Amino acid sequence: MTRVAMMVNGREVSGEVEGRTLLVDFLRQQLGLTGTHVGCDTSQCGACTVHVGGVPVKSCAMFALEAEGAEVRTIEGMAAPDGTLSVIQRAFQEHHGLQCGYCTPGMVMSAAGLLQVNPDPSEHEVRVWLEGNICRCTGYHNIVRAILAAAAELRGDAAAAA
Amino acid sequence: MYDFEFARPATVDEAVALLADEDAQALGGGQTFIPTLKQRLAAPSRLVSLSGIAALRFVRMEGDLLCIGGGTTHATVAREAAARFPALAALAAHIGDPAVRNRGSIGGSLANNDPSACYPAAALGTGATIVTDRNTHAADDYFQGMFTTALEPGEIVTEVRFALPEAASYQKFVQPASRFALVGVFVARMAEGVRVAVTGAAEDGVFRWTEAEAALEDDFAPGVLEALSLPAEGMIGDMHGSSEYRAHLVGVMTRRAVVAATASG
Repeated sequence: MTRVAMMVNGREVSGEVEGRTLLVDFLRQQLGLTGTHVGCDTSQCGACTVHVGGVPVKSCAMFALEAEGAEVRTIEGMAAPDGTLSVIQRAFQEHHGLQCGYCTPGMVMSAAGLLQVNPDPSEHEVRVWLEGNICRCTGYHNIVRAILAAAAELRGDAAAAA
Repeated sequence: MYDFEFARPATVDEAVALLADEDAQALGGGQTFIPTLKQRLAAPSRLVSLSGIAALRFVRMEGDLLCIGGGTTHATVAREAAARFPALAALAAHIGDPAVRNRGSIGGSLANNDPSACYPAAALGTGATIVTDRNTHAADDYFQGMFTTALEPGEIVTEVRFALPEAASYQKFVQPASRFALVGVFVARMAEGVRVAVTGAAEDGVFRWTEAEAALEDDFAPGVLEALSLPAEGMIGDMHGSSEYRAHLVGVMTRRAVVAATASG
């Protein structure tokens, strides 16, 4: 076992892991951050998407020891400490961007990654970006709507605020 | 997956020393290799992660060459090569999905030489030079068949050097489940001549379509390819497409690449 330390949602954390321990298993099993989901475990579905060093990655396709010293953000780090949802999370709620909710943590983290690099995406750009996030309930339509609405709100568009 | 000793050196020299062990294996971005480990298709005793080596991550011009560090992610290439080599940036921007592109690296892709990967087409299609900790390989000698390269065990791709084409395009027919190339063709008009490299199609991996190169050398226009075709023999045939289908697609994607390269050049 090897000691690993990283910053998760602004908090310094550490634990003992095996070489083969995946980042997602460290987050879920050792830190109890079970908001990050394991969907396929074959890096296809994106349910395990978290941010490492500020960009979205699939935490089932990365070892915990590769995140040594890194800044990690999970779905638990998206809402404010008092539980107030982030703009993207609220947009998913308002636009019915989830049904069973299994893919949603990954969708939200992926969407947050998109809006960091492209604050004003077209619908097509949102759909292309979500290639690595699979949802088997919604048909994606409301997810796309939610992300476009969140983007507009974050840009401060008057139409979105109305 | 089976457990292993995990090492994350900070320099290439340390990595090479750690890889001297017979059962040691290098880990690039892990987007292919970690799924491989999960399937127990590989069982290294020691995994040497290259992700801690900052010196392997760069995109810069050296003279007329675009030089990219072996550990540079696809996302970084997509961003930082866009001005100098838009066809390469576009190729990088369509590998896998955004999260995969934040981990997967150019060196890892070239070391693995998946027969359906995109980067081998760019390297062979421009006659790139693959630099390692101990050698430099011309792309024409580097790719030696499916998942096979000129690399020795433990040899690390540290840098890839691209001469910039006068005009180029990579056209990929996406296999939608994996987002690998069902067929991908890189066409480049280089100072020394036209090169056409095909990935995804052949059982032996990436290859140059020399008949198309000769035809395009005389006239860089899609029409000159109409009379050419490739035999189905040696092409990959699977549930996604027969070998005849892939042979046909090579012609289609090559013509599209010539059209797109002409528009961009």
